[in-house]
Parts: sequence; structure tokens; C-alpha cells
Amino acid sequence: MAAPHQAVEEVGTLHKTAGTVEPALVQIQLVDKILNVCRAMSIWPMTFGLACCAIEMMSTGMARFDLARFGAEVFRPSPRQADLMIVAGTVNKKMAPAIVRLYEQMPAPKYVLAMGNCAISGGPFNFKGDYNLVKGIDTLIPVDVYVPGCPPRPEGLLEGLFTLQQQITGRRWWPVPALKEEG
Amino acid sequence: MSIHPQLLHLIIALIAVMAWVGLNALVLVYFERKGAGFIQRRPGPFEVGPQGIIQPLVDGIKLMCKQLVMPTGADPVLFWTAPLLSMTPVLLLFLVLPYGPWLTGMQIDLGILLILAFAGINVLALLIAGWSSNNKYGLLGAARAVAQSVAYEIPLLLAVLAVAFTTGTLDFVKITEGQGPWPWQWNMVYQPLAFIIFIISAVGECNRAPFDLPEAESELTAGFHTEFSSMGFGLFFMAEYSYMVVVASVASTLFLGGYQGPFGSDGWWWYLPKVYAILMFMIWIRWTYPRVTFVQLLNINWKWLLPLGTVNLLATAFFMKLF
Repeated sequence: MAAPHQAVEEVGTLHKTAGTVEPALVQIQLVDKILNVCRAMSIWPMTFGLACCAIEMMSTGMARFDLARFGAEVFRPSPRQADLMIVAGTVNKKMAPAIVRLYEQMPAPKYVLAMGNCAISGGPFNFKGDYNLVKGIDTLIPVDVYVPGCPPRPEGLLEGLFTLQQQITGRRWWPVPALKEEG
Repeated sequence: MSIHPQLLHLIIALIAVMAWVGLNALVLVYFERKGAGFIQRRPGPFEVGPQGIIQPLVDGIKLMCKQLVMPTGADPVLFWTAPLLSMTPVLLLFLVLPYGPWLTGMQIDLGILLILAFAGINVLALLIAGWSSNNKYGLLGAARAVAQSVAYEIPLLLAVLAVAFTTGTLDFVKITEGQGPWPWQWNMVYQPLAFIIFIISAVGECNRAPFDLPEAESELTAGFHTEFSSMGFGLFFMAEYSYMVVVASVASTLFLGGYQGPFGSDGWWWYLPKVYAILMFMIWIRWTYPRVTFVQLLNINWKWLLPLGTVNLLATAFFMKLF
């Protein structure tokens, strides 16, 4: 029974360097800085959703939360034009090769956001005796940001996006929301 | 050594056109995303610059600095030719448009003919792009693009011909001056059917929603530009917006009086608002109507636009002969 799963095990050896671009021949600090800000401010996600987290992802793009405010609403259908892979949902072993293929098809620099408990660790489907679950998408591809929740609220996904922007540019761009007192 | 004045004029015009094409693409991307936002009751790009105004520029810089990918099995020459072939004829098209009484890159007698001829090269570029990328979605998208563009070119031509019959010329400046400055003196009033046919065919010709079947993402991933990353995709994108501007400019010249303004206030300041009104209309219908199927698309063309355009042309010829 192990044979059909062999492909998944083999492709699980991608390194973190796979998604980054090689440094330029002549490095000018200011240019790099501006370039990184540009990359952070125009993160185009790829159009795909795997499970219920995708509903929350769509909700993030809709009127109440509006991912477009931060320039990230351009969901590109082709992986060649996408920057960010939002793995929104449960990844099973049959789906895994397709996910890895899509990740490999994206041009560098590329980022991965694991959205929801299923993509992070298997979530509620991770029990003794399961046979078809990838326990965490980071066993297959390098993940930049984890957004926990089952599913995460749209604010959570936005916060994940901000964290990714912080990782790219080295600073947080938007104010941290104040915690509201209960009662 | 001296440069021929006409050559100098052409070079300056070409450089100006290049800047103009780039500026237009940026402005249109911003308007499109903002328009989409307002139609869907959300702010659209908002945080990158005041009201998100530098969002297209940021996107452009990011696109330029992404990795260029060529799939295995693709034809290397054709694959890299296609985006360039899509973009370069645009510069020529912008040269002959009349922006004002004296503001035109190159005034020739057959302006409309030149635009119709060179706009057809875009179809070839899309076909090459789809064919050379060794991708089934790309090929299907290219086939659709060719079928659609060839079909919609005919009613477009019939509508233009009707105007050419009434004015008796193919020169943009003469057509503009054949109309008066006030709205009731425009060709739109005398040729309403031709105007409607022209606008519908123009949307089809530009591969814009609701006629954006060559890149329908629900069926074809991204159509002919599926395999193009970075600026390969960026050039197709810029070319699409530039063709929109060209089509809107031709529409405003042929039907809306071009650069003419009341009380002798002719100039580009009348020309630009008309062009952008048509562009806004195209953006508006893109975010309002759902995509048609391919059968519907061709049925609209062959069963409605083409017969109506022919009847309109014959009627125009009859009345021109009569009076």
C-alpha cells in the first residue's frame, strides 16, 4: 500500500531556499529595500481552496474585510503569476502531489501561508488510524506563515498577510489593533 | 550632420507615445481595481499610498523583478516573441490618433485603415503565445482568442465603414472636423446603430469581460498567458489596456466628436474626458455582467451584430445616394 504514496515522500525534501531569488550581482541597499517593500505591498495569491478555510478566504476578499486594501486581492488563476500560496484546508495524500506541483510552478520569490489547523498539523482529522492525511503542509513545502484556527476568521488571515509583509520588509506596516475589554 | 525634421518629429512622438502608453496602463489598472471595489461596495486598493494611488506602480515593479519561467518543451523563440509582438504594434497605433488639432504623432490619410490593420497583429501574438507555451490551456485560450477576434473584427469594420460612408474619408482629422462640437452634431446621433455595434464589438475585440473567454479562469486557468510569468504576463496586460485606450480613442473620434469643444475650445482637454468616459463604461460593464459562454458569444456576433451591421451599412449607402 505504500507504493502510491511514494511520490509524496520523495517531493517532501524541498528546502526553504527553493522559494527565494538568488542575490543580485550588484547589491544596492536602497534598491533592495524599495524592491522588498514593493513585493510586500503587492502579494498576489493563487486562486485555489481546499476546504472550509477557503470560504473564510473568500470572505476576506469580500466587502466587509476587503483584502484589496492592502493590494492583495488579485487572485491569479495561473501559478506562474502568483506570489503567495494560501493553503486553505485539509491536504490529503491524493491532493499532496498537486499542491507540490503548484508550488514548484510558481516563480520565485514565492511564499506559502498555511491557513487553518488542517494545513498546519492535520487538525481535527489527525487521529490514530487515519490513513489519508498529510499532517501539516510543512512536511511537503516550506511554509512562511501559519494562521491557526478552525477555520481562522478573516481578521486572522489579514494578520497572517501582515506578518508575511513584516517578514519580507523587516517592519510592521499597519497598527496593531487594541484588544477589546470583555463585558 | 543634421537630422531630417520629420524623422526628429517621429522620434519625439514615439518617445512621448511610450510614456503615454505606460501612464495609461498605470491609471487604468488603478481605475479598474478602484471601480471593482466601488461596484462591490468595498474601498479597493486603499493603504498603499493615499487612496492606494501608487498600487499599480508597486505591482509593476514587483512584476518586473519576478523570476522568468519558460516551461520545458516550449518554443524558446516564439515564446519570448509573443509578448513583444503583442506590445509593439500598440506604439504605432498611438502615433496616428488625433489628440488635438495639432497634437498628433503622424497625420496620414488612411488612419483608420492603419489602426484596423495593425490591431490585427495582436491576434497573431495571442496565437503564438498559446501555441508556443506547450500548454493545453494556453492552446485552447489561443484558439478562442482567434475565433473571437476574427468574428468581432467584421461588425467592427462594418460600423467603421458606415461612418466612413457618411464622411467620405478615412482620415481621423477630417472625420473629427466633419462633426460639430455639440452632442447633437456628433456621428453618434446620425449612426446610433453603428455606435452600439462598435462598442459591443470593441469590448469583444479587447477580450474584456463579459467577452473575456480567451482567459476565462474558471475553465482555462489563465488562457493564452497561462505560462507567462513576470513581465511576459506584464506586457500582455499592458497591451490589453493599451488596446482598450486605442479602441476608446477611435470610438470617441468616430462617434463623439473627438477633440472638438464648443466655442472653439478644441484640444486634448475635450478628447481625454471622452476617451476615459468610454473606458469607464467598459470597466463598469466588466464588473456588472457575468461571462457569456462561447456559443452565446459567437451567436451574438454572427446572428445579430453582423446582419444588423450589414443592414445599417446598406441603409447608410442608400441614404447617402438619395440625398
